[in-house]
Amino acid sequence: MKLKQKLKEYWHKLGSPRWFYQITTNWVTFFGGSALLLLVTGFVWALAFAPADYQQGNSFRIMYVHVPAAMLAQSLYIGMGVAGFIGLVWRMKLTDVAIAACLPLGMVLTALALFTGGVWGKPTWGSWWEWDGRTVSTLVLLFLYVGIYALREAIPDADLRARASALVSLVGTVNIPIIKYSVEWWNTLHQSASFSLTEKPAMPAEMWLPLLVMVLGFYCFAGHHVLSRMRLEVLTRESSSRWVAELMLNKNAVDGTPQTSTTDHGKG
Amino acid sequence: MVGALLLREWKILLRARASIVNPMAFLLLSTLLFAIAAPQLVAEPSQQASGILWVLVLFTQLLSLDAMFRRDYDSGTLEQSLIMADVPFVAVLIRIFVQWLGTGLVIVIATPVIGPLLGLSWSAVPGTMLALLLGTPALSLLGSIGAGITVGFSRGGIILALLVLPLFLPVLIFGTDIVNAAGAGLNYTAQAYWLALITLVALIVSPFAALAGLRISVEMQ
Repeated sequence: MKLKQKLKEYWHKLGSPRWFYQITTNWVTFFGGSALLLLVTGFVWALAFAPADYQQGNSFRIMYVHVPAAMLAQSLYIGMGVAGFIGLVWRMKLTDVAIAACLPLGMVLTALALFTGGVWGKPTWGSWWEWDGRTVSTLVLLFLYVGIYALREAIPDADLRARASALVSLVGTVNIPIIKYSVEWWNTLHQSASFSLTEKPAMPAEMWLPLLVMVLGFYCFAGHHVLSRMRLEVLTRESSSRWVAELMLNKNAVDGTPQTSTTDHGKG
Repeated sequence: MVGALLLREWKILLRARASIVNPMAFLLLSTLLFAIAAPQLVAEPSQQASGILWVLVLFTQLLSLDAMFRRDYDSGTLEQSLIMADVPFVAVLIRIFVQWLGTGLVIVIATPVIGPLLGLSWSAVPGTMLALLLGTPALSLLGSIGAGITVGFSRGGIILALLVLPLFLPVLIFGTDIVNAAGAGLNYTAQAYWLALITLVALIVSPFAALAGLRISVEMQ
């Protein structure tokens, strides 16, 4: 009961951009630090210490970028769909900020997943591009991202843009499984998922542990990137409000908590 | 209420014959272009016919989507009907249904003519008609979402295509699969069920999403 109360309080607080800005100050640092640590560890481990594949040699190492990028690209789209749903139902201001922040990163990561897939495919399959099941679903994901991007560019009014992109992200998220399974029906020559949370991985631990580190690193990086973008967007949108003015004037208030002392105000 | 709406949409469809004639003209014209650009492809019955036919159907649907809400939007009728209707969702659904009558159903009826022109074997025609009958409603339904959101734009064509074509992909996959199976004399019951499932899911989701999109567009006016 108490937990429910607490969650409800949290939920309502999320509606306030100012509260969001204050609470995420430490999160950004946390995610940024973890991302740096995990990515550096992961890169060194994956490139220097993980054993070469007995069939694919060293070319398999692109997987350490390819797999996290592809996973994150899908997660970000689903995140946009969830944000869109919350935005449409509860009319929360922050959800559009979240969609705007996830969109560019998701688009770039989808493109990165396609590119690294080609880099891997050239020595392994013998061609940069194969029309195989998962390549096609990823390409469709890219087009879903581009569709929302184009839509956002076309609507000048902020409120309507927010509602339209929330709706389209939600519709896209509902469609993602349908598209994915029909494309699988259509054709599959791609090797089946080599990494899953629920099953024992098919590759040795020396190979998948660095992958796990890389995946976690990518997610932390996404957390850092999306939150930073959201915070900047919150500041821009709320630039006429008093707390932002106070924050900008008061150089000591780096953590976002508005300070009551007025000693520094004259200098700003 | 429903009867009156249906009657109204039906009368508009019959009076504005361009909404039936134009898509069919486009479909025939693009068939002609294919026959000229790739004569060896359409000369004799081939497997490629199913793909060409379905892509042309997709484009025909896409081009006729803009007209789905355009007239009512421009005249202000749409705004009124969203306010006045007891269940706005039904009004949208009827609009989609009548749009399908004007494009999807006509395409199904025209298949025995257009299919063989594109090199479809005669034995595949019944299967193709079934595939189109099951698949084209999904195209109208899913397309209505994009049409609802973009009707407020003065130049929404490309954005409409970007929003809607990825959603058409499952219909294309199972639709062509049915035509191929029919051409090869194989059983296509499984694909037909899948296509029907996609259409039913579209029927559940689309009118609500289209309605939400229309509400955004009406505010844009």
